[in-house]
Formats: sequence, structure tokens, C-alpha cells
Amino acid sequence: MRARYAYTLTIAILAGIVVAFAFDENRTVSVLSFSLRYAVPLILAAMVGIICERSGIINIGIEGQMLMSAFAGFFGAAITGNLILGTMIGVGTGMIMGAFLATGAVTWKMDQIIAGVIINIIATGLTSFFYSQGYVLPAITPKLRIPVLADIPLLGPVLFDNGLFTYAALLTAVLLWVLLFKTIWGLRTRSVGEKPGSADTSGINVQRTRFWNVTLAGGLAGLAGAYLSIEAASTFERGLTAGRGFTALAIMIFGAWNPIGALGAALFFGLANGLASQLQADEVIDIPQQFINMLPYILTIVLLAIVSGRVKPPAAIGKPYEKE
Amino acid sequence: MPSYDPTGTPVLEARGITKRFPGVVANNNVSLTIHKGQIVGLLGENGAGKSTLVKMIYGLYEPDEGEILMNGSQITLKGPRDAIRRGIGMVHQHFQLVPVFTVAENVILGDEPHKSVFVNMKKATAEVARLSEEYRLKVDVNAKVEDLPVGAQQRVEILKALYRKAEILIMDEPTAVLTPQETDELLKVMRGFADNGVAVIFITHKLREVLALADTIEVLRGGEVVGTTTPAETDQAGLAQMMVGRSVLLRVEKKPAMPKDVVLDVQDLNVGGGLSLPAVSDVSFSVKAGEIVGIAGVEGNGQRELVEALTGLRKYEATSVMINGSDALGLNPHDVHDLGVGHVPEDREKDGVVGQYSIADNMVLNRFDEKEFASKGVRNSKAVNNLATELVEDYDVRTPSIQTSAQSLSGGNKQKVVIARELAADPRLLIASQPTRGVDVGSIEFIHSQIVKARDGGAGVLLISAELDEVMGLSDRILVMYDGRVVAELDGDGADRNRIGRLMAGGEDTHPSSTYSA
Repeated sequence: MRARYAYTLTIAILAGIVVAFAFDENRTVSVLSFSLRYAVPLILAAMVGIICERSGIINIGIEGQMLMSAFAGFFGAAITGNLILGTMIGVGTGMIMGAFLATGAVTWKMDQIIAGVIINIIATGLTSFFYSQGYVLPAITPKLRIPVLADIPLLGPVLFDNGLFTYAALLTAVLLWVLLFKTIWGLRTRSVGEKPGSADTSGINVQRTRFWNVTLAGGLAGLAGAYLSIEAASTFERGLTAGRGFTALAIMIFGAWNPIGALGAALFFGLANGLASQLQADEVIDIPQQFINMLPYILTIVLLAIVSGRVKPPAAIGKPYEKE
Repeated sequence: MPSYDPTGTPVLEARGITKRFPGVVANNNVSLTIHKGQIVGLLGENGAGKSTLVKMIYGLYEPDEGEILMNGSQITLKGPRDAIRRGIGMVHQHFQLVPVFTVAENVILGDEPHKSVFVNMKKATAEVARLSEEYRLKVDVNAKVEDLPVGAQQRVEILKALYRKAEILIMDEPTAVLTPQETDELLKVMRGFADNGVAVIFITHKLREVLALADTIEVLRGGEVVGTTTPAETDQAGLAQMMVGRSVLLRVEKKPAMPKDVVLDVQDLNVGGGLSLPAVSDVSFSVKAGEIVGIAGVEGNGQRELVEALTGLRKYEATSVMINGSDALGLNPHDVHDLGVGHVPEDREKDGVVGQYSIADNMVLNRFDEKEFASKGVRNSKAVNNLATELVEDYDVRTPSIQTSAQSLSGGNKQKVVIARELAADPRLLIASQPTRGVDVGSIEFIHSQIVKARDGGAGVLLISAELDEVMGLSDRILVMYDGRVVAELDGDGADRNRIGRLMAGGEDTHPSSTYSA
């Protein structure tokens, strides 16, 4: 049933896009490009949530992990004068933050919510305290236009003329789906998140699996953070992530802990924001900017209200694993 | 006829194993020897150290002292992975299966057939299907485990061990969840493993089964081996005595029932089962004062829902429910209690005691607001403590004090607290669900005698138990529940175990000759 709703909704949206494209090429492409860019950090952050929760660990600290990485990535790039190095610093910072959560929630068996909240508080504190003005990036991030594919009408300019982060996000979602459902790692990870006792007695090291998954997922949060400061905003400001880490958790749930589902949910989210911004810019609707800015949060609440109780999270999330 | 060679090198030997946990010595100098093709029954009460011992053999714990030898050479097990690699398999008491995975996925987990990093699901499915065929462990390999009945889930657990080429198979209380027929079937399967050269360690506290199956029986008590014997040398009474350390009455002694007025009358009771099928359908029966009515049935056939409905914990529909002559239709738990109903819930941890409360407080959970224990909203601690002291003594609750928190008690002692509380209120109707679950043999004897005493004192008793022996031993009348319905009513005296077993499994009600060997 759920799958059919998602299917119908997707078809309806795609049909709507084609119709819009027939009416106004430029605007449609611009709205869709905006939507995709808006979705990039949400996709990546939702994947962080999926990896962690599929392993049985609630990661409410994605927001903080992204914020720290956005900070480190931006200043790393600005100081070294190298965007790639900056991005790598961002990813590395994300992994350190991931390891931080893993140490608290897995090794020390802390309450997972509290461990996540600590990360968020530390990230807000540190990035605000060390923030300083006057740094600029050495360059703007280049776009990678994929020849031939980029010339396809509608699809080309939207999908195949983007920054590297965008491709990385889309690939990550598809790759994660394959990893989760087709590989040994995926089977074991899911078993650890569903029934760690079963994994343990099957000879799988529950603690180690959880620790590394949470740590590596932090790297993706780092990539999302680096995208925000290095490509999207080209600068760092206090509170740059603006709740995207939490929105990503809603997207993860809406996507039923499935990478492809979450990818679709993130794109839907992006589209809603893209449309709202365009309508605002065209002065079709006269709504104060503040209300437009509220949209992601309202949408989050609405989506969660719709799906809550209909999708089942991994059975073991939130519980530290104790051998009986 | 033993199928093994007792003179050869044992496939597994545990020598002088000691394992301590904070405050307890779980295993003290325990030794165990098993040969290829041999079935060793490990018998003991809860907390005797059976599970601890096999967990060390399976690598889940490391022994503090002693050594484990395989085929004559010493081994150290770093974890289950190590044990599996060496051919030790274990079927856990609480199934260790991932509910949302398919049968095949569960079986291969941890040892997946693969092409590079990818799981080769096709090969996995074929391999599991082949094993299922070969060992006659029938199960749909593509079904999700959560959709399977417990019997089938257990077959998946066994397949999991066989898939890992287990030469030593540890079965931890495998029959606890099975119907008598399934149990018979499993015992045959286990004998088949032994015939194929597998060494089987069979943990149980059911005397009948260990006598029927094991080649040798090792009895543990208080973490020590108190005896090693064979079925030929002993009988149920002998084993029970070894387990408990004193002679135990296995049969409940009771006089014929003297039924009087009806205390519970239920007509056409129905309980919805959430999203799925109804949990209880059109159940009608009555219980008289002075009789014990037992409900036999495999768990999950509506017994829990029926009890929850009758005690006011669950919504239901019925033509009528009369308790002690009063209309009790749709009453809340408090009002049901006020009609003179005592309730021993099946899950004592969750519904029976408040773990953080003292034993004294737990003893008045059902009556704390009555005049005797509170006046004008103020508690009468003295009365509460007096009652608790008296009950702790009468029911032999082993505790340092009545102010000890209930959660620090052992399962058997918690259950005694529940039974004491419910019987102290002098109920006209006692609804007892799984009253001896997870309770050791000595306490079972005591609890049973208390239930019979309540009956003789004029209470009506509705007894619900997954243990067929318990239902048969105590009941004056037996109702069999299957799939939410009462499918048969039998006289308690001389009830045929096989017939009830068949009814519990949804079979036809016929009377073929007994095939059970015990």
C-alpha cells in the first residue's frame, strides 16, 4: 500500500514537472535546480541517519556533526586555499564527530539521545566561539557538466550540470541502497539494528559494527556540512545548518529507513521549497519571507504526522547492546 | 542402545569449570564429557548453572577456572564466532532470529555465501532448502521469520546450527515453547542428529523428556554437579530429588472437588486481535466455587486476551459476564477486583509486582485503599507491615526484609509475593495465569498446594498454563483453547494427554492409543 502511494505521488509530481516544462522552460529548470541543491545536504544527512539507525544507534547529533564540519571545512579551505583539502577536512571532522557519538553511545553505552544532544551543544558552542569574520574561499566550487547527457532537455541542465557534491549525494543514496540490501555488510548491519543478540550469536561483533558504522556515517555528515559552507553558502555563519540535521531525520522516517525512499523524500522536500521560493520571487503569492522560511519545519511536522505509526523503525534502535 | 562409543576420545570435555558473577558462583568445579553421537541431558532448576555452563562452551562467557577440550586438545573460545568455527552450535532458549529477515537470511547470517562483497542469495536459498529437506526440518525458506509459528522458528534455529556444520549441538530448553506433538517430533529429530554422529547437549527441566531422550543425565544444583546418571538407573522422582536436594511431590495431592455456586459465568466473549484476526471468538464457560478449571493451549491462542478481558485490562464484547452473581461486563480492573477476583498475571515482572516498591508495598497493591490499610487517605503502615511480615513467613518468601525492593528477589520469590497477595485478599475467584512459569520445582510444589488450598477454601479457580502437566495435574475440568476458541471441555480426572495435545494443535478430537514414551 505504502509503496503504491509513493509510486502514485512520484508519477503525479513528474507529470506536473513535464507540464510545467511545456509552459515555461527556464523557470522549471531553475526551480528544479534550486530544489536539487536544496535537497543535497538533506539527502546526505538522511543517509547518515539511515546508516546509524539501521545499526541500532539513534543519531540526533547529525545537526551538530554537520555544523562542525561546515565550520572546519570552510575555514580549512579558506586557510589552506584549497577547496578539496577543505572538503576533506570537513569529512574528517565529520568522522571525528561520528567517532565521538560512537564512543558515547556504543562504547560507553550512554543514552543515545543525550549523546546526540551533547554533540549539538558542543558544535553550537565551539563554532560560535571560534567563528571569526574576514575569511574567504579561494575560489567558487566548479561545476561538472557531463557532456551529451547535459544536453538532454529538462533532465540535462537539472541533473547533469551540477557541482561535485550533488553527484556525490545522488550516488551515495543509490550506493547505500545496494550496500544495505545486497551485500554482506548490509545484511550484518541490519541484523545488528534489528536484533543484536541474534547477530552476536551468529558471530558478528555488534559493538564493532556499530562503532564503525556510526563513525563512517559521520563522514557523510561531514560531506553535507562541507557542501553547505563550501558550495551552497560559500561562507560560514553561526547556525549555518539551520535545523537540516533534524529535518533529515524526518526525511529518513518518511523514506522508511530506505536510502531510495529517503532520496525521494528529500527531493520532494527540496521541490516544495523550490516552488515556494519561486512563487515568492514571482510575487504570485504575497507571503512574508518568514513564513516561507518556516516551510521546511511545517512540512517536517506534516510528514511526520502522516507517516508516524505506519513505518516501523529498526527494532533495536536506542538500546545499548548488553550481552544477557 | 547407546549410539556412541564411550571409550573413545570425547568430542568435548569441560574440566573443573568455575565461573563467578558478582555475588554468586554460577559454576563451581563443573565437569562435562560428551562423545560423538551421544545425547547428554543437562538437568537442573533455574539458576542451577546450566545456561552458564553451555554459554562458556559456546564462547559467550569465559570461564574463570578450568579448561575446555575438544577431541582431546585444549581450546580457548574468544566468542561465539570461535565456537561456530570449531563446530559448536547452539539453539537458544529465546530464539536468536531477526524477525524481519527471511528464513534463508537468518540461517546464513554471519556465514554468508558470497561473490566478493555481495551476498549470493540464490545459493543461500538453495543451500538452506537442501538442509531443510535433508534433515526433515520443514520450513519455507523465503518466509519472513516473524510470520512463522514458534515451532517453525525453532526449526530455523536448528537449521542455523546445521548450516554451520555443528558437530556439537547445544539445545537450551528447546521444548519449552512446543506442543506435546511438536516435542515428540523434536525428540525424534534430536535422536536423528545423534545417529548421524552429532553430539547433543540437551538442557531442560522437564524430567519426562530427559528420561525419554538422553543417553546420560547430568544434574546441576547450585552451580555444582550433584550427579551423573542414565535413564536406566533412575526415574522422575529420583531426578527431582537430585535437582532439588530433597524429595519432591511431583503429583499434586488433592481431594475430589466439591463444586458449589457459579462464581464466573461467561457467555459469548469476543476479543478483537488488533489488526489481524479476532483473538478470542465466542467463548462461553463457567467456573464454580470449589473447583479448578484449567485452560490448556499453546501460547498465543487467545488465553492471554481472555484473561485480560476478564480482569478488565482489555476491551471485549460479550453477551454477559457474571462474577459472583453480579454483572461484570466491561468493568475496570479495580471494580473486577472488588467483586472478589484475585489475578495472578502471566508476566509477573511487568504486571505482577512493582519492582521498585518494597515487598510490603507489593503485598497490598490490590488492597492499599481498603479501610484496613488506609483511613481518610492516610496509609496505615503498621497494618501493611504486619500483613507483609505474616505473608512472607506463610509463603516462605526468601528475603532479608519486608522492606527489600521486589526487583531484588528471584523469580520464584517474586511469584510467591504475587500469589500471597492475591490469596490473602481471600478471593471468591482466582484467575491464575502461568502461576509457576520460570519457578523452580520446589516452589512449584508449594504454589500448587496453595492453589488447591484456595479451592478447598471455597474459591473458584481459573488456571491458564502453557504447561500441560500443570493443567492436567491441578484441574477438575479442562478447557482446551485453540485459535481463540474453546474447542473442547474434558473432565480433569483421567484426561488423555495425547488427546489434549492434539486438540491444542488444532487437530480432530479422536482417541487413538497413546504413543508417548516416558
